[in-house]
Amino acid sequence: MKERDTLRIAGTRRGGRTVIIVDGRPAAAHEGEMLAAALLAAGIRELRPSPTERTPRGAFCYMGVCQECAVEVDGVRRQACMVRVTPRMSVVLGGGFKT
Amino acid sequence: MTEGYDLIVAGAGPAGANAAIAAVEQGLSVALIDEADAAGGQVYRRPRVAREARGAGAEAGWRGHDGAAGEELRLRLARSGVVFHASRRIASVSGRFRVDVVGPRGHDALEAPYLIAATGAYERVIPFPGWTTPGVTGLAAATILIESEGMLPGRRVAVVGLGPLLAAVAARIVESGGEVAVVADLASRSDWVKAAWRLTAERPMLIDGWAWLKVIRRARIPVLHRTGVRRVEGERSVRRLVVGPVGADGAPVPGPHAAFDVDAVVVGHGLVPSGDIPRLLGADLRHDPAGGGWCTLVDGEGRTTLRGLYAVGDGARIAGARLAPLTGRLAGLAVAREIGMISAERFATLAGDTQAEIARLRPVAAAMARLMILKPGLVDGITGGTIVCRCEDIPRSEIDKAIDEGALSLNALKHFTRCGMGPCQGRMCGESVAELLARRSGRSRESLGIWTPRPPLRPIAIDELIGTFSYADIPIPPPSAL
Repeated sequence: MKERDTLRIAGTRRGGRTVIIVDGRPAAAHEGEMLAAALLAAGIRELRPSPTERTPRGAFCYMGVCQECAVEVDGVRRQACMVRVTPRMSVVLGGGFKT
Repeated sequence: MTEGYDLIVAGAGPAGANAAIAAVEQGLSVALIDEADAAGGQVYRRPRVAREARGAGAEAGWRGHDGAAGEELRLRLARSGVVFHASRRIASVSGRFRVDVVGPRGHDALEAPYLIAATGAYERVIPFPGWTTPGVTGLAAATILIESEGMLPGRRVAVVGLGPLLAAVAARIVESGGEVAVVADLASRSDWVKAAWRLTAERPMLIDGWAWLKVIRRARIPVLHRTGVRRVEGERSVRRLVVGPVGADGAPVPGPHAAFDVDAVVVGHGLVPSGDIPRLLGADLRHDPAGGGWCTLVDGEGRTTLRGLYAVGDGARIAGARLAPLTGRLAGLAVAREIGMISAERFATLAGDTQAEIARLRPVAAAMARLMILKPGLVDGITGGTIVCRCEDIPRSEIDKAIDEGALSLNALKHFTRCGMGPCQGRMCGESVAELLARRSGRSRESLGIWTPRPPLRPIAIDELIGTFSYADIPIPPPSAL
């Protein structure tokens, strides 16, 4: 089967195209999208290392419970599944803490 | 600032929103709180994106009616006069009753003599090797991504676990143009046949289920019954899923394994009631596996053992989205009667149909909930090296060691291992840890109780707590004459 080039489902009306800045690099996104979903679509699944073993972690529950998708958004620590994309939003991976 | 109401409803899913509307219609002043930016809860979550209907599922109508029910609920709520506090998290509940909420606008306190907890459910996932790998997500998570964000969880997805969500999610992925590599179901075919027999009382559920299966069959997706995850492989994200046969209790049994190259695994092992508020306030709960775990004890109208506190919907006991609006509405009316806004006769008139419908749907809801009962063998099957507590990276072997060294209560186990002390506050590992302790110590879940509940009920960002406060806002009295 032909590999999909995007996870965004066809036939969907979305917010306007925009760009978010993830660890200093631009990534395509749509305005109003859940940040965790935008990161997934941009191929960014590894959001932070686990606190002690430093193994890769990514969004798990997408509903605000598990806290695995914690990132730094415009300078403050947020759950990526509880944040909506705004143009030029700055995202720093790593759990919102210096790693 | 403190706002006073007759009634506060926590959670704007089908149960909470209907409770609030029913009460406001009888003249009560009602505040409704939800951490999402729109009402609907998880099941009627507002789609952020508009989608065109398509495919066999759309023909059969299953995509349509969830969405339409959500829109109808939001419209009724908007017209109802309920004060809706959206995008606000409940930090704490105290007294009878003060509810502290926090959101982008800062902190507020709401007060009311009556409180209805309608906080819904969250998903249970029993750990397996590799479940912390990025690309492994919950079944409910996949539903949110697809329905609400128009996003597939992966390019090639494995759908594993148990319960009705398996078929629903697999069908939704296919309908959305995605690829499902395999559906691995812990239940046997005959488990489903038994449940379907019960569901004949509720045709819309059967029609949904049938439409999902049709989509899965047409896409020629392998559906493996009595099959569980052996491990997920992949360094930095999911690359491969290995499954193998399990017994009736979910424990692995010898037999051939099968491997699937996938980039996402969506998994769920049933739903757990989110009983945070009744726990925090000290209402009585009872452990009932058939209700999803710790269920809040309520009477026929949703009253808990604590005066003024009600609990409704899946937050009290897993019973599904068909029953939730009804138990919500009934509790809203019951509060109106208790407060004296309507007479007992008027209550009987208003609530009669709802009570009859609840009685009719109870056996159906119970049959659905039974499909999602925790399978104890799943817990037995957790290997020693598997991370159980994601927040603190605690593997099963450390938990077993602590139990053997004398950590024979949940709180002792927490002190020994740090399980439950991370930012998810035990929501991800709580079920597994309690079950591991129960099985190794030979004690019942009921006797082990729960981790001591403490505010904040969810982690809160300090900047949100402070809100728009600035030091310039502090009135500085003039210096004294001295």
